[in-house]
Amino acid sequence: MVPLSHYLILSAVLFAIGMFGALTRRNAIGILMALELMFNAVNLNFVAFSRYLPSTMLQGQIFAIFVITIAAAEAAVGLAIVLGLYRNFKTINVDEINLMKW
Amino acid sequence: MEKTLERFYAAFAALGIPWIVPQLILMLVVASLVILFISVSVMFMIWWERKISAHIQVRYGPMRVGGWHGWAQSLADGIKLLIKEDVIPAGADKLVFALAPMVVFAAALAAYVIIPFGPNLIVRDLNIGVLFYISISSLTVVGIIMAGWSSNNKYSVLGALRSAAQAVSYEVPLVVSILGVIMTVGSLSMIQIVEAQQRIWFVIPQFAGFLIYLTAALAECNRLPFDIPEAESELVAGFHVEYSGMRFAIFFLAEYANMFTVAAIATTLFLGGWHGPLLPPWLWFLIKTYFIIFVMMWLRWTLARLRVDQLMNLGWKVLLPLAFLNMGITGVVLVLRG
Amino acid sequence: MTVIQVVFFLVAAFTTAAAFLVVLAKNIVHCAIALVFTFFGVAALYVLLDAEFLAAVQVLLYVGGITILLLFAIMLTSRISARGVRVMNEQVGMSAVVVFAIFALLAIASLKGFALVGSPPPASYATASLGRLLLTTYVLPFEAVSILLLAAMVGAIILARREREKD
Repeated sequence: MVPLSHYLILSAVLFAIGMFGALTRRNAIGILMALELMFNAVNLNFVAFSRYLPSTMLQGQIFAIFVITIAAAEAAVGLAIVLGLYRNFKTINVDEINLMKW
Repeated sequence: MEKTLERFYAAFAALGIPWIVPQLILMLVVASLVILFISVSVMFMIWWERKISAHIQVRYGPMRVGGWHGWAQSLADGIKLLIKEDVIPAGADKLVFALAPMVVFAAALAAYVIIPFGPNLIVRDLNIGVLFYISISSLTVVGIIMAGWSSNNKYSVLGALRSAAQAVSYEVPLVVSILGVIMTVGSLSMIQIVEAQQRIWFVIPQFAGFLIYLTAALAECNRLPFDIPEAESELVAGFHVEYSGMRFAIFFLAEYANMFTVAAIATTLFLGGWHGPLLPPWLWFLIKTYFIIFVMMWLRWTLARLRVDQLMNLGWKVLLPLAFLNMGITGVVLVLRG
Repeated sequence: MTVIQVVFFLVAAFTTAAAFLVVLAKNIVHCAIALVFTFFGVAALYVLLDAEFLAAVQVLLYVGGITILLLFAIMLTSRISARGVRVMNEQVGMSAVVVFAIFALLAIASLKGFALVGSPPPASYATASLGRLLLTTYVLPFEAVSILLLAAMVGAIILARREREKD
């Protein structure tokens, strides 16, 4: 059987990759994708814990369901914002959208 | 059936080979059987569709190849597609272009895991059953967008985006329409759903659900009257304009395989699966499934294509509220009956 | 090594490779396609963890919903996928350091912190009890999430809608 720490480290790897993407990507959609990666890493953690604790404790999976739902809402609103940005600035590179920075 | 399996495993265990080896062999055999079934069934369906369309239009259809009513026509077409040159457009994204047909076909193939052809004739009775089909079928859309985008052609991108919009908006009524059945049975497993229909097929208590499912399924398969993604007269052929030869054949295969899946799921959920008098169960299952396929072909050659806005109106303003109503009424009835 | 372990390492390698591609690929559409494969890898891990329902939901929502939304947004803002444009900003070096530090912290914590958690209990078919929990203990968060989804839907429509010309 695979020990719990393997899952946790894999999840940490995914989280780190996602975080790197969110910090370095210029494209707003790329940043959203990196965010989804981080959500997935967190979910993996939740599900792994819920599997390795007594089987009556399904809270991990319940939380994962809520996270997935909120990720869907986040993607919808985020992409709507990206479309709005594109309409106003003709670019979605976040380092070029600096109207509020003087 | 199970005894042969046990003997098969025991023979390997006696030789000291780990259980993964016979399991892998078994998986390969089952997968090859499924692929064989898909190819034969798709070739039959293509020939059949050509015959039906011909007779609806008072023609004969294929008559020459193979003798009796041109039965070998699809075989000949398949061989022709196999030996054609493999063309990749100059501006295409080669990797994605090659990957797209595989993704679409993998999604079509994976859905066959849960189709119950008979009491023991199911690859695997997953406990998430129908949900597996619903989730795996959404992969098709990704494959279609990959194909449309990588071809680097405006018609294919348009077709792919239309297809994605259509599939996403009709997936919602599709899922809600089968909830009535799932609520009545109390299980997602395909075997249990069929067994719950021993006395009465769900098409009678769930008639509205059946109609909504069938309409949404037509749209999921991109078939007329919902074939806007492929509309030959405006988009040439939609997302697969640039595909030819074997890659095109794979798309075609996947499309017809999806049609069979959709019909098989309808049979399982609403038409009592393999239940029926006299004939063996698997034959009943195939008869019902091909009957639904026949209805789909019949509709294709009878109805005209909808416009995009009509399509969206139908999906969101008619089918979805009706599906929710169906689900609510089913719930109330179930609660009242205890 | 048992078969399960081999499968785990294969899936883990696949998922990690796809995740790297999501972050590093030049073309944004390639990122989205790699993201699909990552989601599939994670779904496979859920299956290994006996959470079939979550695996199905993962594929249904992430692959069938979010990725398609992302691809739509990419197609609608397609001008930026032109070649030869810089993909990363100038924070690459610093981000790498920060991310590596966080990863090291998480890895140490996971290795040291949960050494007591032994082998998992026998698998049980959990989908039914999941549904029961959602509609009893967690019914309030469930309803709250429904309202959140409704609000997000309305918000997304209003944000993405073209503004009408003022009469």
